[in-house]
Amino acid sequence: MSDAAIELHEHEEEEDLPAWSLPAEAVDRIRVPVTLPDQVTREWAWGGSTGAGVRVCILDSGIELDHPLVGHVDHSVAVLRDEEGELQVVEDGEGDLCGHGTACAGVVRSLAPDVELTSVRVLGAGYKGGGETMLHGLGWAIEQGFPVVNMSLSTTRTKYVERLHELADRAYFKRVLLVASAHNMPVESFPWRFASVISVGSHEETDGLTFYYNPTPPVEFFGRGLDLDVAWLGGGTLRCTGNSFATPHIAGICALILGKHPDLTPFQLKSVLYQTASNAKGAP
Amino acid sequence: MSDLEAAVAAGVLGADEAHRALLQATVEVARAIFGAKAASVFLLDEEADELVFEAVSGEGEGELIGMRFPADTGIAGWVLTTRQPLIVDDLSADTRWSRSQAESTGYVPKSMMSVPLLVDERALGVLSVLDRPTESKLRLAEVDLLGLFANQAAIALDLLQRARRARAALAGEGRLAPLARVAARLEEDERDTALELLTALDRLLAATS
Repeated sequence: MSDAAIELHEHEEEEDLPAWSLPAEAVDRIRVPVTLPDQVTREWAWGGSTGAGVRVCILDSGIELDHPLVGHVDHSVAVLRDEEGELQVVEDGEGDLCGHGTACAGVVRSLAPDVELTSVRVLGAGYKGGGETMLHGLGWAIEQGFPVVNMSLSTTRTKYVERLHELADRAYFKRVLLVASAHNMPVESFPWRFASVISVGSHEETDGLTFYYNPTPPVEFFGRGLDLDVAWLGGGTLRCTGNSFATPHIAGICALILGKHPDLTPFQLKSVLYQTASNAKGAP
Repeated sequence: MSDLEAAVAAGVLGADEAHRALLQATVEVARAIFGAKAASVFLLDEEADELVFEAVSGEGEGELIGMRFPADTGIAGWVLTTRQPLIVDDLSADTRWSRSQAESTGYVPKSMMSVPLLVDERALGVLSVLDRPTESKLRLAEVDLLGLFANQAAIALDLLQRARRARAALAGEGRLAPLARVAARLEEDERDTALELLTALDRLLAATS
């Protein structure tokens, strides 16, 4: 099937539909904005896309401004406590406090050069209260409707699991794709274990567009995470390994796909990822 | 765990020194397995918000124990904050990090593998392996192995902390110190009588609660 045969519809204004039933006259109103072709290929999925028009949120330690491998950062905010101890999202001029967010942003930029980057700083102000700060930042990112949120972090605190689960589900239905790092240690951590997110581990190959679908989760995808030069503080690079860096590879690929097919839902996008994975038939 | 339970556990499992030896053995094996120049364990001091060198094998052994630095800085600080392992292969490229590390320890490693030490939901510290042989290409299986090792080190660190808490509770102004002092003053045969008294008190409290 050619691209021309793909039906694309403008986003219709949201109408209140009964969530639990579908009257006959309402069928027209839930036409699927994008239908996938019989054979989903990488060319169909992101051929010609640069990620232009896609807003990607990096939930991390901030992003260094003017790093040559990151380029322009559209918006930087931080989650901080105010004088009353309440968490607030405020404009941020600190850049990156430890280098990690800059590394993730650089990876996304390397794959999808024209995305719009937003930094939400939830790390780097000490290890204490990290869970609450992360949840607040994630909630804000979902409200802002970023199509892609990169989360190269997780929490082991079970007290946050229920709220995090609710946020992940809310994101899924609001077309906010959460791309989350799996833990490569024998510990329970979240949100990467949730089915509503895209969870990412590392493979050992050197091509940034090589990625694998794992039919035996909890880790659903493997991206490039071994021995790669990532952007770091001071405009430089560091050679790093970790699932933290595999995650923005998948986030970057998602941004490429959404650059070409902005109406894909997270459900559809995960299907496209599966069909274009290096171990599936849609890959070259 | 209550202070008393911790005290009993510490008594059963051995002294602070034995736990320290366990931790030391862990870093030595970690260093040997990876053929690295050094391996170390940092303990998180939550009150001071600092990381403390708790065990070191190889470069810096004997000099670094007890040295502290802020918990939210450097590679180890990042690993603790995100609770994610991180492997860096050209640390000298991070001039800010190398400078501060050189100033504090006199040793700037070229590469560093760091993993958080997690017990249940708590992050107790960080295990680092420094300067693997440059000719050996890193494989993900090594990262997994380090993760397994971190599990063992975390258990050792947890035991060490419990033993310290127990000793603190029994010493000086600790909550259980009067009990320890009374026990120390008593002759052996008097201890049996004191224990009977305590057992009776326990029964009485159980009956009234």
